[in-house]
Amino acid sequence: MPKEQIEEYIEAIYDIAGKNGLAKTTEVAKRLHNAPASVTEVFGSLAESGLVRYEPYKGAALTDAGEEVALKIKRKHRLLEVFLSDILGIDPEKVHEEACRMEHSISDEVGDAMCRMLNAPARCPCGKLISPCEKEIATCNECRTADGSTDSDKSAAPRKVVPLTDLRPCQKGTIALLRGDKKVIQRLSDLGLTPGTEVVLMRKTPMGGPIELCVRRTNLAVGHEIADNIFVKAVLEA
Amino acid sequence: MSGCMGCGAGRSCNKSQKLQSSNSQFGKSQSNDGSDRKSCQDCKKNAGMVVALAGNANVGKSAVFNQLTGVDQILGNWPGKTVERAEGILQYKGRKIRVIDLPGIYSFSTYSLEELVSRDFIALEKPDIVVNVVDASALERNLFFTLQLLELEAPLILALNQVDLMEKRGIHVDVEMLAKTLGVPVVPMVAIKGKGVLELTEEIVKLAGRRSAPSQTESGIKSRLKYGKEVEERIEKLARLLDGIKIDYPRRWVAIKLLEKDEEITKLVAGMDGSLVSAASDLAKELEEMHGESSNVIISAERYHVAEEIARNAQSIGVEGVSLTDRLDAIALHPVLGYLSILAVIGGLLVWTFVIGAKISELLVEVLRPIEQLEPVVSGPLGDILWNGAFAGLVAGLTLVIPYVLPFYIILAFIEDSGYLTRISVMLDQGMHSMGLHGKAIIPLILGYGCNVPACFACRIMETPKQKLLAAFLVTMVPCTARTVVILGLVAAFVNIWWAMALYVFDILLIILLGRIAFKAVPGDSVGLIMEMPKYHVPSAKVVLKQTWARTKSLLWVVFPAYIIGSAALQAVYAAGWLNPVNDLLSPITVAWLGLPSAVGILLIFGLVRKELTILMLAVIFQTTNFAAVLSPVQLIVLALVTMIYIPCLAVILCLAKEFGWKKTAAITVFEVVFAILLGGIASRLLMPFL
Repeated sequence: MPKEQIEEYIEAIYDIAGKNGLAKTTEVAKRLHNAPASVTEVFGSLAESGLVRYEPYKGAALTDAGEEVALKIKRKHRLLEVFLSDILGIDPEKVHEEACRMEHSISDEVGDAMCRMLNAPARCPCGKLISPCEKEIATCNECRTADGSTDSDKSAAPRKVVPLTDLRPCQKGTIALLRGDKKVIQRLSDLGLTPGTEVVLMRKTPMGGPIELCVRRTNLAVGHEIADNIFVKAVLEA
Repeated sequence: MSGCMGCGAGRSCNKSQKLQSSNSQFGKSQSNDGSDRKSCQDCKKNAGMVVALAGNANVGKSAVFNQLTGVDQILGNWPGKTVERAEGILQYKGRKIRVIDLPGIYSFSTYSLEELVSRDFIALEKPDIVVNVVDASALERNLFFTLQLLELEAPLILALNQVDLMEKRGIHVDVEMLAKTLGVPVVPMVAIKGKGVLELTEEIVKLAGRRSAPSQTESGIKSRLKYGKEVEERIEKLARLLDGIKIDYPRRWVAIKLLEKDEEITKLVAGMDGSLVSAASDLAKELEEMHGESSNVIISAERYHVAEEIARNAQSIGVEGVSLTDRLDAIALHPVLGYLSILAVIGGLLVWTFVIGAKISELLVEVLRPIEQLEPVVSGPLGDILWNGAFAGLVAGLTLVIPYVLPFYIILAFIEDSGYLTRISVMLDQGMHSMGLHGKAIIPLILGYGCNVPACFACRIMETPKQKLLAAFLVTMVPCTARTVVILGLVAAFVNIWWAMALYVFDILLIILLGRIAFKAVPGDSVGLIMEMPKYHVPSAKVVLKQTWARTKSLLWVVFPAYIIGSAALQAVYAAGWLNPVNDLLSPITVAWLGLPSAVGILLIFGLVRKELTILMLAVIFQTTNFAAVLSPVQLIVLALVTMIYIPCLAVILCLAKEFGWKKTAAITVFEVVFAILLGGIASRLLMPFL
């Protein structure tokens, strides 16, 4: 099966079912303008390659490997959207369509280079979060200052990180990556948000307001945009 | 990730030995007091001892300062910097000790001016003793800063403050253990209640007495503060390279800062020896490759690791129940109740102010009536005229500003000290973003309802120059008490209260709108909100009064002089018979465009000095206080609207110029004049059909 088709399916399942839900065969078929029978067939082969769990007559859910593919493609898609609208000045209405076509043909390297050029944007033009790359770095600054050649050295095992804003109230996480302005990163690490530190999301405030977090026995209020750029490994409650 | 955890584990073993420091007393490295303090002009004059208070924000540092110094306080700015500086005198057993309160900061990076001012003061002016005030319940984060003070080789005393709150949170700190580990005296305190103040004072005097003892070797200081092997090796290597150059900062500290790529220090060293900077950047790069993080983050993490270790050894933490703060925040940060409580608190504050203010004002007017002359002296010797004007200015300040501003700021300081103001900042943060500001800006904006002058100074709490300027610009649009007097006196009294309220609401909308435009138009950076959320506590009367005074004092040295001198000058203009020529000159604007009587022209000039003069002079010119008889409702509203917006008053202009320079001040002033006139004309045409 061509890579593009696999990615389209994975993306569709991700969009419909979210990270861990089930996408119904009919819904996927409707979205991709395909017959349910052929969707079922594709689900079967995706299940074989370990990207989805297929439950006959119910639908398909992404496996961890599938989710990784989905996040990667979403990252490229949203980076492309930012690139098309901010750099090339293309009408934001049209960038989605364009990005849908382009996302399958660019390599990870191109995606990361775009990320660097665009100064590691946090969100796509329509406001969806761009997940961070998988490089072993603690701040985007390093990536920016490093020359291209060292980039490949830094790719490592994928890690599952989420923005701090994705934690539920009272959920714990450990700091994995800080993204953003140099001074902001300095201030955050001065306040104790250093890599590996445990934080607890205390509270989210209404209307996308600041979040309250607890780190090293101190409560901090951090603006939503800044918190979007603090990535943590979520700690699951026992 | 695995890399980070690994190096953390590797570190703890070599650290545990290193933290076993001797209790040798300390800070003796600067035995050559006299020569070291050359740069400190004041010290020379005063030859006394200098103690600096340093610490994070919200640890009760100002409470310690107040306890030590009592009423003898001088408040001002750091030379050439828009950072506040408080100084006081501690008298103890016949000794006079100068106490300098440094700004509340979390680190010695270059994040803010406050951090630069503080580190330069400690490193270059070398105070005899630095008292590091720490919050006993957040030991780890506070020790992060303590470690940096030790890096700066400051002669340190640790004031372990708020031990009562600490115990309530189920934490116990082994004071002796902490003192032993850090190698500095530790004094437990509850500064707000005066507990531990005597002990701290004695410790200060004792340590100062020991300062003539032989100087401690550098290794003595180092032994307390060693980092993980990889980092430590590079610091030491770099520090050795620095041996050759002459620099006022401690060498080890400079080495650390170079590794952190601190801009100021790198620039300083580059000016002396470029090869050192490249050596530092090579070493920093090695670290970055090893840890996969940028060097400043690595060093912060290292420092926190040491702090963590010290805190873990010195404290035991019990179980903490649901605190009062949690329960209150469930309301204060609730999507509905939160906004309702903001409305209630701020609304209540304003209403209280104007009810109480009106009473005090009335009382003062009664007292001053026998000596006050409302009717300006317009003939006779120039001296009399000027004196009369100046006196009228003083009386106006006393009866119109103080009675409203003082109660307003007392209650505001109360709300602030309780911790509630930070919750308001959090709740309104998102709204402020559209104006390029963040939640903290609500503090100067609310202050502006009292008087714009302290509010402009309060814009210093914003981080970037752009945000400071934007906040100050919006502050000048906030109707202060003087403008509220005009709105109430013209519109609420003679049209109705609803139109007065409408003006207030319109003003808020205008601030939001102009804020958005200015955010787009003004170049520069904006940073988001990062703010500590202190626990709620019962405000201390001393802190509240102190804060109120800090804000009101600018009234005395900016507003009162502007009132007095400005009023005298106006009186002269009045007496010189320029009244009608000025009115005629302005009549195309006042009469043709705004639809007001031509006599209003001079009022707007007078309002430049004192906004509430418009209403006083109106009474004088028309010989009546029943303004409804001389002005139509539309005219009353238009006059109030124009007065509300048209210019920051003279005192505010001076204050803006001081903070931002004349060019920006002129831009704001001209814009507001033109804008107010434009708006007034449109309003007079639009309102006609309704009233």
